[in-house]
Amino acid sequence: MTSPSNVSDAAVAGAFAEIPALLDRAPELIVRGRALDCECLLGPMSKPFHVSIRQGRIIDLTPAPVLMRSWRFSYRASPLAWVEYWQALPRPGWHDLLALTKRGEAVLEGDLHPFMSHLQYFKDLLALPRQRVSAVLS
Amino acid sequence: MTAKIEPIVGRYVHVEIEGESNRIYFEENGAGIPLVCLHTAGSDGRQWRHFLADEEFAKDFRIISFDMPWHGKSNPPASWNGEEYRLTTTLYTQTIRAFCKALSLEKPVVMGCSIGGRIVLNLAIEHAREFRALIGLEAADFQAPWYDTDWLNRPDVHGGEVCAALVSGLIAPQSPQSARSETLWCYKQGGPGVFKGDLYFYRVDGDLRGRIEGIDTTACPLYLLTGEYDFSCTPDDTRRTAAAIKGASVTIMEQLGHFPMSENPERFRRYIAPVLREILGQTSFDKQGVHV
Repeated sequence: MTSPSNVSDAAVAGAFAEIPALLDRAPELIVRGRALDCECLLGPMSKPFHVSIRQGRIIDLTPAPVLMRSWRFSYRASPLAWVEYWQALPRPGWHDLLALTKRGEAVLEGDLHPFMSHLQYFKDLLALPRQRVSAVLS
Repeated sequence: MTAKIEPIVGRYVHVEIEGESNRIYFEENGAGIPLVCLHTAGSDGRQWRHFLADEEFAKDFRIISFDMPWHGKSNPPASWNGEEYRLTTTLYTQTIRAFCKALSLEKPVVMGCSIGGRIVLNLAIEHAREFRALIGLEAADFQAPWYDTDWLNRPDVHGGEVCAALVSGLIAPQSPQSARSETLWCYKQGGPGVFKGDLYFYRVDGDLRGRIEGIDTTACPLYLLTGEYDFSCTPDDTRRTAAAIKGASVTIMEQLGHFPMSENPERFRRYIAPVLREILGQTSFDKQGVHV
């Protein structure tokens, strides 16, 4: 059985690449983000993605670095943290984006206004791979 | 009549706090040992509604929850002119003691959660002999901050949404969706700046490090219970606190987070029932009526 500790960086990157399609199938989450237009940097600590959000939808997700591409805020976490966060029942301390920053497994940087004004949106957006990753790990 | 009507009754009591009369909303059910419940920061007494309605507990305890001034159905004091609300250790302690005095509660048990758990420690430090037992949920003498409270009250961020979103992660993933939503709804309904003002006590004024060692649990038993999913007041924070207090009881509650009584009332019941049984066993008490 695959465990959280030996899932590869490529698997985490693959899960991130699927988030736009998962979001398209979550209309209530798009409604929650309807006032959000934002360029942000999300993903694994060393290999994040540039994410362009318009009216709550992801219109572009591209692996960083992209030459001179700007972003307003960044949320990056260790690959282990993402896999733990994506468990069907995450372990205590690994179950929330801000639990991960508190334990030093994630870093939040930049202009935090888009993140904080849409905090539940980003928590739910970045939890979208949970169902899929849990199925892979089971 | 076939409609289900709960046994909880709500009333207002006028309580003098720091020289000013405050109209305090409280709810109660049951008869017996007075048991006063304190809500978390930025929320209100509705968090305790399942606990108040518990038929078994209500046989032996007069269970009371009240909304702190500024919270729920307790308005800000009449003298408020718009200045920033800030809860202090002194004000919080006075509010609880004044409420208990106004209702003529004789040696009540006080159970508080989060900031309510912290102030329970201060009651144990300063006024232990006034209480029959003290119960701190999600309680510690101090815990490390994990966000900037300025985000809780600013014109360009919806206060209700950000307060609820911040605390949503403190609820255990096993908690039922309906209870999760209800817990967060209270945060979405809080007045502007009230959650932030409560956290002034939690973060700045109410640091009890170096003071808890003096707690005498022979004067008043102290029970500390913390949910394993609480990353704000972590189980380690509570264990550290309990280790410094001779005779303190500590329990880590599995599959619960920062709001045990509201996020998963059935599961919380398993943990609090033995504590209440122990308190009941420590006392011979004639059931008292409502002294309002």
